[in-house]
Amino acid sequence: MVKINVPFLQTGSLVAGNRLLDEQDRAVASWQNRESSLTTGHRACQGCAEALGARWVLDTAYDCADGKLMVANATGCLEVFSTLYPESGWKLPWIHSLFANAASVATGMVAALAAKGDTETRVVAQGGDGGTVDIGMACISGMFERNDDVLFVCYDNQGYMNTGVQRSGATPPTARTATTPPVGPHPGQAFGQGKFMPLIAMGHEIPYVATASVADLRDLERKVRTAMSYRGARYLHVFVPCPLGWGSESGQSIQIARLAVRCGLFPLIEAVNGELVGSTKIRDRVDVMDYLKPQRRFAHVVAGKDPEQLAGLRAIAEKNIRRYRLLEGFGPSTESSNTESSNAESSNAESSNTGPSVEPPAGRDETTGPVTTEGGVA
Amino acid sequence: MSAVPVNLTAQPTTAHPNLANVDIGRATGPGTSAVYHTGGWRTERPVYVDLLPPCSAACPASEEIQAWLYEAAEGSDGYEHAWRKIVEVNPMPAIMGRICYHPCQTACNRVQVDTQVGINAVERFLGDLALERGWSLPAPKQETGKRILIVGSGPAGLSASYHLRMLGHAVTVREAQEELGGMMRYGIPEYRLPRDILDAEVARIAATGVTFEVATPVTDLPAACTEFDAVLIAVGAGQGAHADIPAIDAKVLDAVTMLHDTAAGDAPLLGRRVAVYGGGNTAMDAARTARRLGASDTVIIYRRTQAQMPAHSEEFEDAVLEGVRAQWLTTIKDVDHDAIHVERMELDANGRPVPTGEFDEVHADAVVLAIGQNVDLTLVENDDAIDVTDGVIGINESMMTGRAGVFAAGDAAPGERTATFAIGQGRIAAHHMDAYLMGGEFTTPERPNQVPFSRLNTWYYSDAPEQVRDTLDAARRITGFEEVLHGLTETSALFEARRCMSCGNCFECDNCYGMCPDDAIIKLGPGKRFEIDLDYCKGCSICATECPCGAIDMVPETR
Amino acid sequence: MTTSDTGVQLLEGSQAVAQAISRARPGVVCAYPISPQTHIVEALSAAVRKGTLPHCEYINVESEFAAMSVAIGSSAAGARTYTATASQGLLYMAEAVYNAAGLGLPIVMTVASRAIGSPINIWNDHSDSLSQRDSGWLQLFAADNQEAVDLHIQAFAIAEELRLPVMVCMDGFVLTHALELVDIPSQDAVDAFLPPASDIHAEMDVATPGTVGTMAGPDIFTETKYVSYQQHVAAHDVVEKWGQRWFDTFGRDAGGLVRLYETSDDGVVGGTKVPAASGKVRGCDPNEIVVIAMGSTLGTMQAVLPELADEGIRVRLVGITSFRPFPDALLREVIGQARRVVVIDRAVQLGIGGVLTGEIRRALYDSGASVHPVAAGLGGRPITEKSLAELVRQASRGELDVHLNWMDLRHDVVDAAVEASARATAEGVGSAAAAMAEGDSGRPVQRAERVTVETPADDSGRPGQRAQRATVETPADDSGRLSQRAERATVETPANQETEK
Repeated sequence: MVKINVPFLQTGSLVAGNRLLDEQDRAVASWQNRESSLTTGHRACQGCAEALGARWVLDTAYDCADGKLMVANATGCLEVFSTLYPESGWKLPWIHSLFANAASVATGMVAALAAKGDTETRVVAQGGDGGTVDIGMACISGMFERNDDVLFVCYDNQGYMNTGVQRSGATPPTARTATTPPVGPHPGQAFGQGKFMPLIAMGHEIPYVATASVADLRDLERKVRTAMSYRGARYLHVFVPCPLGWGSESGQSIQIARLAVRCGLFPLIEAVNGELVGSTKIRDRVDVMDYLKPQRRFAHVVAGKDPEQLAGLRAIAEKNIRRYRLLEGFGPSTESSNTESSNAESSNAESSNTGPSVEPPAGRDETTGPVTTEGGVA
Repeated sequence: MSAVPVNLTAQPTTAHPNLANVDIGRATGPGTSAVYHTGGWRTERPVYVDLLPPCSAACPASEEIQAWLYEAAEGSDGYEHAWRKIVEVNPMPAIMGRICYHPCQTACNRVQVDTQVGINAVERFLGDLALERGWSLPAPKQETGKRILIVGSGPAGLSASYHLRMLGHAVTVREAQEELGGMMRYGIPEYRLPRDILDAEVARIAATGVTFEVATPVTDLPAACTEFDAVLIAVGAGQGAHADIPAIDAKVLDAVTMLHDTAAGDAPLLGRRVAVYGGGNTAMDAARTARRLGASDTVIIYRRTQAQMPAHSEEFEDAVLEGVRAQWLTTIKDVDHDAIHVERMELDANGRPVPTGEFDEVHADAVVLAIGQNVDLTLVENDDAIDVTDGVIGINESMMTGRAGVFAAGDAAPGERTATFAIGQGRIAAHHMDAYLMGGEFTTPERPNQVPFSRLNTWYYSDAPEQVRDTLDAARRITGFEEVLHGLTETSALFEARRCMSCGNCFECDNCYGMCPDDAIIKLGPGKRFEIDLDYCKGCSICATECPCGAIDMVPETR
Repeated sequence: MTTSDTGVQLLEGSQAVAQAISRARPGVVCAYPISPQTHIVEALSAAVRKGTLPHCEYINVESEFAAMSVAIGSSAAGARTYTATASQGLLYMAEAVYNAAGLGLPIVMTVASRAIGSPINIWNDHSDSLSQRDSGWLQLFAADNQEAVDLHIQAFAIAEELRLPVMVCMDGFVLTHALELVDIPSQDAVDAFLPPASDIHAEMDVATPGTVGTMAGPDIFTETKYVSYQQHVAAHDVVEKWGQRWFDTFGRDAGGLVRLYETSDDGVVGGTKVPAASGKVRGCDPNEIVVIAMGSTLGTMQAVLPELADEGIRVRLVGITSFRPFPDALLREVIGQARRVVVIDRAVQLGIGGVLTGEIRRALYDSGASVHPVAAGLGGRPITEKSLAELVRQASRGELDVHLNWMDLRHDVVDAAVEASARATAEGVGSAAAAMAEGDSGRPVQRAERVTVETPADDSGRPGQRAQRATVETPADDSGRLSQRAERATVETPANQETEK
């Protein structure tokens, strides 16, 4: 029987894989022969979304780089739980130097590869939000402005979880941390503080900046593939709930990440050369309260101790929705992530297999531009 | 690069300076964290389960609907796999894909996401495909030498004959009518079930070795019991019920007779104006048939409201499309040669219709009574061993009547009077008869718990409303008995099959495997599903939460 | 003996080092500018741009911390890697300095030695490099620019054999900006001397994936330190070996652990690398005075030796080439029966003594010699021949203290500061050191102002505080101002430093 083109709608691309798709059209995370860059036996907490996000990102990047991938990791949970001597959870070349310098170490690796004439091996640097938006900021900014050929991935769990859940520059307003306790007239993290690193990355006009969430695997993998299709500095900011730090059930990690996207507090966006080129449409919008409820770090907000706090968070969601056009969505994300019109033989394949639908940049220098088929994105 | 052993006695000179660098290699081996078994952290463990989806739970014929939709969703060879799955219980998918009132769809969890899965349409697609491709039913098991008589060739009789034949018995079906099919032929209008479809599926059963004898009423049960090792009474409800309505010089007939005669090629003359009395599906069939027989004004008279009407709404909608009118809250008092005297009703506080004392007249050339159907039980009425209560034969839990070796199923036995129920009963009766003949006991396999909607993670099901099927133009409908509802194209059938959410049954979406933060799920390969690697599973339950179809349970760790 | 293509040239120290680094063919050079290292990295960036240093990536980083971090990544990925820094820069990268050693990465770094602030000071002493003495790096000190060239090339060989980073320390300005006659080995000669860069072990390699930099718990941390300790023990032989190879290849004494300078019978003074193999060195007799120093001071001291010899003062000048590993055994052999050991210390342990002295005392703990620490040349204070000669004379007369002696201390300034401090203390605030750090030279009048400044009566006093500070930072006397501006201004014109040489 001839294989026919049927709109593929059962679960669309929202699940990791689908037996009805060809293996290469499924998410890398669903491949039986996936790399599992971060393998079993690591000591991450139950339900750690960072462990999950890191495996997704690196497995995809590994595929894009045809197995030639090296990683520099900042100090933090991810490093500690994966590499307690004499064991390691990493199945690819991986280095941890310091908290603040993952981006620079990656630059060094890229430079060494260039010096050795190796144009195939790719380098990813990664860290938590502390190692990115706070202590790692200078090194990342330097790597960005030099446009070094590094993909920097921030796994944002909105605080210093490794040291016992202290506030970071990525902690959202009202959130309880060990250093922003839920006491006093304005409990939790204050409004008007913190930073959104993707916008700072965009300020460097690097080839590619995107946010992603463990709640949307396909979107995440597409963005990693897009990022890997560029040369030069790239930044991916991945939202990874932390059951321990957020006071949520371990099984709820992905649900909570999904609610963060659906309520508008975490926008899924993409930018090329500093220009916003796309946002993922919110599917089935929910109220901010739905996102807060399963997290004890927001218990005081849910309890309504200071009604202005909820209003403040809603205002942030509204602003995101306005600013990034999240209710309609635009750009490359809209086609791939929302599956209503996708098609087994075309759209899904497109979403996972081709580079950015936006033209790659002309480049700030000759090294910037899409990687062609050698990059493993055939 | 090699791991550096800690050697306190050696005086390293150019040894690797950093012990804390680990050689990891490609997969497992010294240095990999895989030597550390995080499974010890677990207080709950995930367990894959296969739960009963609501569609299967609702199917009177016990079709494993989710299972065959799973096969059908594969397309290609999957269609035949799906069809074979259906005919394990129901040998007539093309028929049931047309006339079943699909309680499965009513139960479908997808209703709460967008719209129900068009299960019935997919079944019809598969049934038609099977006829088109000539797929045959399985070969019977080894012959047992047991001889069985089945009285009646309706859905119950056909189903039982097929299953008994599959079990290796010699089966004879005796049909009183000229042609096979029972109420499917004489009760369901052709525009709903084309006769070539009926004939083809019956012929396919005959091809398994069932002997059919038509125009052979069974009238002597003791004789039959002598001739055969067991008998199944599967007589349909082929007699119309009669209301005590005074009628003077008026054409009053019952719907069953009208439909029977129409099917038998002896359509009654009804005149221009026809009133159908009743609100069930047979009333709808009668009204729509009347339109096709030339009645320009057909009105349904029903004593309750539209909402209380037992007929399926799509049947009524089709009737309206075809020009049938309805008069609610109305009872017929009497009928004379050109008018029906009716009384207006109203609902009391309990929603029951009560007379208002207001009367009216409806002009009609014929009145068709569609107020109930009875089974002709003359075969057993003189048998003391067999109990008949409320118009049906009493049977025990093995579906046997008071007379050993005589069983009853379908309309003749207690229960729902639908073809689907009859098919299910026929199958169950067949197994009981087999047990009776061969020794042993047939027990219905225990079914797992039904999966409630709340177990599903519906986020993963993209919005995909049910496929709309083409229908015959209303103008063309009343000119004949051409089938009204068209089948699905392959594209839309496949689409529809893929809308199934696979409630409570793994469909290999890879979510658990993809989303395990601990890489503790092993993917076993296509069709083989997954396995939890308990050495590493920390019991976080993300797999269970993110399983779209609720096929993973978290159970307390008993270690 | 000339080993170069071009013969002996008159070159600025920084240029000479840059040429030497180029000859070593590094794959990656990364640096952040800081005086007095700048000329080295400027020259290297130009060499990369011009193509005279091919297959090399020059990375302009945003901080010294990034410089060392890039070096870590580069070295881990198997490239021969070089960086350079000084002073505050070395401290700013300190976390990564330790890390590079812990990871076992053969990075070579020049420290153009410079004082550490505060008070900020751009001139030479050894407080920067010696602050990193326990970082796990090897630390080699160049006495002159020829040795700087020779040590840098050897450093790559030593680092790569040991898989440990090596710091080559050369005195800021005094060497980096000084013109000297230097012989740069030819490319072919260096290629023949150094193992090929392609032999460098790449910790990060996709062909052999491994994990670098795991967390070591209490169960293993001690063992890692033990292994590192033994590495440094083993490093003695390796440093010595490559120094000997250098001599064998180029016929020039350079490198090794210790260098001796003696007045020969014909009055000629020359430095000789001491072979590590013991028994070849004459130990001092009890009447000889031993002077121990590191870096450019050795050159100044050499000039004094004939004069002192004429006076009948027998001096053995000992240069510490390898501060890490520290040549304890060799020193004991060299010192022999000497009763007086003078240590020229260019970095001070406050309230304790000299940093180098501490090492010497440990090495000579049972020799019976009196060790006399002398704080000298701090923050660029010239170490003059006159002062050195006088120091040795004092030593010969037994006038030096075993506690820290301060060469050329300006007692008038100190006394005034102490006096001011005493007053301020009476009023509850201030210290002599703080007073000097503020650059006011301890003038009593300004002390009184500071008192009011630091205890504003109310909020309204705050603007006043700023204004007062501004006044403090621009004293009538120029010396304070110069230190504020010197960072940039003097870099361009280090003439005063060079003339001193």
